[in-house]
Amino acid sequence: MAKTLFDKVWDSHVIEKINDGPDVLLIDRHFIHEVTSPVAFVGLKKRGLKVMYPDKTFATADHNTPTIDQHLPIKDKLSAIQVDTLEKNCKEHGIDFWGLGHSKNGIVHVIGPENGITQPGLTIVCGDSHTSTHGAFGAIAFGIGTSEVEMVLACQSIMQQKPKSMRITIDGVLNKNVTPKDVAIYIISKLSSSGATGYFVEYSGQVFREMSMEGRMTVCNLSIEMGARGGMIAPDQKTFDYIKGREFAPEKEKWNDAIEYWSSLQTDNDAVFDKEYKFNANEIEPMITYGTNPGMAIPISESIPFSNLDPNSSYQKALNYMEFKEGEKMIGKKIDYVFLGSCTNGRIEDFRSFASIIKGKRKSDNVDAWLVPGSHKVLNSIKEEGILDILLDSGFKLREPGCSACLAMNDDKIPKGKYAVSTTNRNFEGRQGPGARTLLASPLVAAASAITGKITDPREIT
Amino acid sequence: MAYDKFNILNSTAVPINIDNIDTDQIIPARFLKATERKGFGENLFRDWRYNSDDSKIVSFPLNNTKYSGKILIAGKNFGCGSSREHAVWAIYDYGFRAVVSSFFADIFKNNCLNIGVLPVQISDSFLKEIFSEIENNNNSKFEINLEKQELKIISSGSSENFNISQYKKSNLSNGYDDIDYLVNKKHIIKNFIGKSKY
Ligand code: SF4
Repeated sequence: MAKTLFDKVWDSHVIEKINDGPDVLLIDRHFIHEVTSPVAFVGLKKRGLKVMYPDKTFATADHNTPTIDQHLPIKDKLSAIQVDTLEKNCKEHGIDFWGLGHSKNGIVHVIGPENGITQPGLTIVCGDSHTSTHGAFGAIAFGIGTSEVEMVLACQSIMQQKPKSMRITIDGVLNKNVTPKDVAIYIISKLSSSGATGYFVEYSGQVFREMSMEGRMTVCNLSIEMGARGGMIAPDQKTFDYIKGREFAPEKEKWNDAIEYWSSLQTDNDAVFDKEYKFNANEIEPMITYGTNPGMAIPISESIPFSNLDPNSSYQKALNYMEFKEGEKMIGKKIDYVFLGSCTNGRIEDFRSFASIIKGKRKSDNVDAWLVPGSHKVLNSIKEEGILDILLDSGFKLREPGCSACLAMNDDKIPKGKYAVSTTNRNFEGRQGPGARTLLASPLVAAASAITGKITDPREIT
Repeated sequence: MAYDKFNILNSTAVPINIDNIDTDQIIPARFLKATERKGFGENLFRDWRYNSDDSKIVSFPLNNTKYSGKILIAGKNFGCGSSREHAVWAIYDYGFRAVVSSFFADIFKNNCLNIGVLPVQISDSFLKEIFSEIENNNNSKFEINLEKQELKIISSGSSENFNISQYKKSNLSNGYDDIDYLVNKKHIIKNFIGKSKY
């Protein structure tokens, strides 16, 4: 029977099928971090269990770590305890731990790919919903809860109902200044923030074929924002070239075997999806969100849509929170903060894009800009490629790696009522700090807005 | 035994008639710093329950003394966003044992089932009926019967069935969880890994 890429990877990992129940799915790689793992280790202890395969789990500290002065002890007591607890747990169970200051430390979904841990055909999980990022390599990757983290630690497997399949095809060539972030936000705005719940998405078509690996990661990362469990893109030469030579990549004969297997990971021509969507590349413009979920997004040059909904609707509630009105233009609205970073847009390509816009210009005095690389490797590349000099010359500063204001667990909180153009993934109420107002956009829009102090179309910056 | 058994729940309910409630609202990230599963109920819906000076927002249903019970009723697409299980821990710790909505986000639903909170998915129209029932009579009682897979408004007798797999159903009624199941399969898992490519 014809199979989708997703079927091929899923089916080869099913250990047992339970009648009127979930599949028992083998997990190949598991990432853990300080926030969603401690209770899982407590659970193991209570049950008297050990980690079954410690070499298949990788640990980093990223969610609540500071982004300045990382060489000093963590000031926030609770955060320090969480990071210490992770380190202790890893030591006790023999898990690799890449803590603060470690050359491989960074945001969990940035360091997996950049160290070659993320590979086609694998099943990858982590207690963080944006685990979908790793799907860019043709892996099945999805976020899990802490009980499931415990499950994977204990039994290297997980019990999951097989999701339905969806394919999103976009052909054509993207317009200038339209980035992978815009493509993803565009899709979410079309499908809504729950439009893909229950599905696993495959992205196909010219746009994704031509996209860089970093771009594919951004797109797959945002799959969860339309409710999908994950998203994936069939591996190709670009994927192989990206992985080759990285620390955990297969070597020598194993490399050739891997390529042969990876090349088979394509959806068969006559495979059938439960749902299909098709869009045209030339319809997509730079996007921005105006509400409190990522589906509330429009092309940056357009106005906030009118709805016929009553004043108590969730739509109006969102606009009230943002202090926006129906029919208003987004362009030209004053902003207070710009945040470049996160597992959505904190990779080297994102810093290159940002730098391309601000080069030779000055940051607006009215804007506080927080630029946070996704990892130490990204930080090093920023320095090596001369991007740091461009940033400093334009009045920007660079922070140290971590999740930072993506979820505002550490001190990096956008103050109440302030507007932040943010390259992250969620504009929920209070996501970036209590009362903070988030406008999700691409690194190009963030850069253009940082220069002018207002929401700005990158196409208008010359 | 991993959690309390769930069979029949008979209770009043607390309504939060808002769509797309994400887990950042259920429990904001700044309250995720614990290393044990304790005390999350205090911060359930923190920023909707309290002003920034920690005074209560009286209009919010959890602060409204009219409402109480072990069932939380919420608008559609409940639990979207972050995978944090802390959201369900907070719901459980506050005293809820079931959550009713017309649509749940995937990971949230799994997280509920994994700790023994029952997610009850019903039609939009029945959800509406329940919201108006509570609006008319905040002491109205509901019965959730896991065996029959049925949610009933006791006063009117109006009811609807909900879906749950047989596997999860028997887990809940026995108080077992997935790890209880998997640890007995370790030899099969080991064998499988031995034969797998990775
Ligand atoms: S950057 Fe944000 S979304 Fe990504 S792993 Fe960190 S908290 Fe999660």
